[in-house]
This record gives sequence, C-alpha cells and structure tokens, in this order.
Amino acid sequence: MPGMPKRFYAFFTLPTMLAFTLAFLIPFLLGIYLSFTEFTTVTDSRWVGISNYVRAFTDDRNFLNAAVFTVKFALVSVVLINVLAFSLALLLTRKLRGTNLFRTVFFMPNLIGGIVLGYVWQLIINGVLINFGVDITFSASYGFWGLVVLMNWQMVGYMMVIYIAGLQAIPTELIEAAKIDGANARQMLAGIKIPLVMPAFTICTFLTVSNSFKLFDQNLSLTGGAPARGSAMLALDIFSTFYGRTGYEGVGQAKAVVFFLFVALVVLLQLRYSRSREVVN
Amino acid sequence: MDRQHRVRDGLTSAFLALLAALYLAPILIVLVNSFKGRFFISDAPFALPTARTFVGLQNYLSGIAKTGFLQAFGYSLFITVFSVATIVLFTSMTAWCITRVRSRTSSLFYYLLVYSMIVPFQMVMFTMSKMANVLHLDNPVGIIVLYLGFGAGLSVFVFSGFVKSIPVEIEEAATIDGCNPIQTFFLVVFPILKPIYITVAILNTMWIWNDYLLPYLVIGSNYRTIPIAVQYLQGGYGSRDMGAMMAMLVLAIVPIIVFYFSSQKYIIEGVVAGAVKG
Repeated sequence: MPGMPKRFYAFFTLPTMLAFTLAFLIPFLLGIYLSFTEFTTVTDSRWVGISNYVRAFTDDRNFLNAAVFTVKFALVSVVLINVLAFSLALLLTRKLRGTNLFRTVFFMPNLIGGIVLGYVWQLIINGVLINFGVDITFSASYGFWGLVVLMNWQMVGYMMVIYIAGLQAIPTELIEAAKIDGANARQMLAGIKIPLVMPAFTICTFLTVSNSFKLFDQNLSLTGGAPARGSAMLALDIFSTFYGRTGYEGVGQAKAVVFFLFVALVVLLQLRYSRSREVVN
Repeated sequence: MDRQHRVRDGLTSAFLALLAALYLAPILIVLVNSFKGRFFISDAPFALPTARTFVGLQNYLSGIAKTGFLQAFGYSLFITVFSVATIVLFTSMTAWCITRVRSRTSSLFYYLLVYSMIVPFQMVMFTMSKMANVLHLDNPVGIIVLYLGFGAGLSVFVFSGFVKSIPVEIEEAATIDGCNPIQTFFLVVFPILKPIYITVAILNTMWIWNDYLLPYLVIGSNYRTIPIAVQYLQGGYGSRDMGAMMAMLVLAIVPIIVFYFSSQKYIIEGVVAGAVKG
C-alpha cells in the first residue's frame, strides 16, 4: 500500500511511536548526555566531560569485578543451558510415553518471576549450606554457582521447547534416507540433527546470552550482591551505584552506557557468528 | 521393537521422571515450609512440619497483612491486563502499517524499535523514571504508556515477521471493494493475525506480570505489584519473617501455575512462535 494518506499513517503509527519516544527514545538520549555530567536530578546537570567514565573504572574495583563476574557467569550458563536443553530435546523427541507431561514440567519455572525464583533458591541453597555452618553470602563463588543453578532451572525448559520445535522441523525424508544408508545414531546426530537445528541454536544462544548479561532480579533476590558486592553482576552494580550513594549518579549513568555498548557488541557478534553456521537451503 | 530398545526407553523414562521430580521439588519445599512457624524454616527447610512447628495458615495471614498482597494482586492484574491489551492493539497496527508502507520513515521506525530490544533497562532506568514523574505517568494507568513504549520493540518485530507472510492481494482486494486502511486493517488483517496476537500477548504477559524494576522505580513508593510486595518482605538484614516470605512465594506462584495449566498449549506454542520469529 505505497500511497497511504498521511492521516491514516499517523493513525496507525502515532500511539506506538509516541509512547516509544517518551518511554525509551528521550530517556535513552538523555541518558547518554547525562553520562557526561554531574547530576542528582536531570535539571541540575553540569558538564564534566569523560570524568564519569574514568571514575567508573578507577574509584573502586566494583565495576570491573562485576564485569568479570558477569562474563564468567554468561559463559558457564550459556554453555550449560544449551547443552542440557538440547540433550533433553533429543530425549523428548523419541516418542516416549509421558513426553508432554515432562515438557510441561520442565518449561514451568520459566514463567515464574526472577524475584520469586531468587528467594525459592535461597531457601534451598541455604538449607544445604547450613549443614556446613555457612550460607550463600559466605563467598562470592557460592553466589556464582547458586545463580548458575537458578538460571539453568529457569531457562533449560524454555530453550528445550525451542530445540524440540527445531528437531521436529527436520524433514522425515532426510532421517529415513540416512537410516537406509545405514547411519548410526551418532552419525545421525552429527550429520543431520545438529546442522539442521542451527537456526534454533542461533535463537537459543541469543536468548541465553542476552538474558545472562542483563540478569538483575535473580541477582538482587538470591544474594543481593553479597558478600560486599562480590556476587554483584553488572546490572546490579549499576543499580547500586545509582541509588546506593548520592553524588554517584553520573558514574552510574556512565557505567550504564558502557554496559549497553558491551551488551550490544556481544549480541551482534554472537548473532553474526551463529548465523554463519546455519545451513542454507 | 526389540528388547534392547524397550530397556533403553524404560531407563530414559525413569531418568526423565526423576528429573521432573527434582524440577518440582523447590516449589514443593517452599509450599511445605509455608505451613511451618517462622523460626523453624531457615534451620531445617527440608523437614516436614510436626505438631510443634505446624502453624496452619498463620504465615499466609501475616504475610498478606504485612505486604498488602491482595492490593498488590489487584495492581499486578490491572497493569498486566491493560498494558498487554494496549500493546497488542497499537503495536499490531504499527507493525502492519510500517511493513506495508515502504518508505524511509517506516524503515527508520522499524530499526529504532528493533534495536531498542538490545538496550539494557539500566541504561534508561533513571531518566525514564524522571520522565514518568514529570509527565505524571507514575501511577497504575500511566505506567501502561511506559509498557507500550518498552514492549513496542519485540512486539512490532514479531508482528512484522508475520505480516510479511500474509499475501498482500487480500488487502488490495479489500481496497478495491472500497475499504479505507482502517477498515482493511480491522476487518481483513486483524482476523488473520489472531494466532500471533496470542503469541505477543503471552510474551508480554510473562514479562509484565513478573517485572520488578520498572514498577519499583516508577510507582513502587505508592503502589506495590506482586514482585515488589515479595521484595518488600526482605526488609533490613535479619529482620525478615521467613514464614510470611514462604507464604508470599506460594501466593505469587499459584496464579502463574493456574494460568499455565489453563492455557498451557498456547503458552508453549506462543513462546516458540515468538522465539522463531524473533
């Protein structure tokens, strides 16, 4: 419909674009501007150049520690979640009895919110650790593995249903042909299932990468960053910088810009890499 | 099927059953603990209630009173239902329009919306909540506008992917029959988009119902949604009422499970469709 009159075009796009501009676009641009200023509210901002960016890295080690923690967490979670989800998807596409029930159960945790999940796992993990006289705030590595377990519990079922859809979309002729040619289970997996499930792999790595890097709610409720921000990820570190102490709003906003650029870079690289591995039909 | 296969399938099923039990265990443990006295939870979360530790519904009553859970449930329901309805209506209109009208403005809108999905919330949380204050959007009605703005990226993306697959001839026929674009959209396109409405509605419901930080920053001081009510119980260190916490976790999970089992098929299919388009 190339010649839609302007008033109709406005009718269809204006409500969304107006809300988008107010809720996202203006705050986004204002956020970039404020990262170069010192402020406590938007109106009292004073230009300070790149000093917020320098302070984000030099005032203390919180931001760098959080970055290291986040990258490690993302690597471990993305690999574990995808391996487990794909393995479960293979088991659940073998037409066993009860497949639907299992699928329902494994997917369920994904619907529960991050804050609630954090407190559920805090109870379980502390219940185990109390036998050793400690709790999850004892060491940052407890918080790390706690978050890994939580994230797997939440996301494996979600990724699994996407892999199942991918596996079910493989043409049966291909499987039949491979069987006739005498392919064994391993050859079938390496030669047919894995290459043809690559589009699902792209989606799943995208979702796990971006969810792992942006994780906030689960981090806040499971450990709150304890001990002493040792288990704080980037999103939580930025939140604490903003709202934890006055005079640090500009530093918080500068950290947020760095965080955004970092997430954008990782996501775009990941998409380019896994798209290049998809089989082109 | 030969014997070897049967044994293997039996073992696989047994393994999956065990795993399913492990999956459900954390929620069941919270449920059991919600009936125990507040001082008998942290020390022995895996113990069943005994005559001494069982407190009936006391945790539920105190938790509801402390957090204002019933109001929180009302706010969560109101905000989720109206935000999702607003999002699906307006973003489907936008997605259809910018997919069909190929112009510079359309592709600018599309790329702005799609790239906004990458941006972490922390990037805009401060400026957005200030904006909400200035514009008086810091209430359960105004927050709907913010959700429309934030949800637009994913929703327009999913709708656009689907609109591209609808043959444009149907709409051209409607135009020849004398429909204006508004009639074409609501009488012709809208019914075809129905399955994708369910997908977009489910994706947004899961997000908004569970969202914590946006409502906390924008309306949290006056109105508590369920995640804010749960987090509110955390309180200062050491002062937390574990009994009330367990009861609130159960009450937060129950509506989700009811929703899930009532429309499980749509949820899983919707999430898959959303991911595959996305």
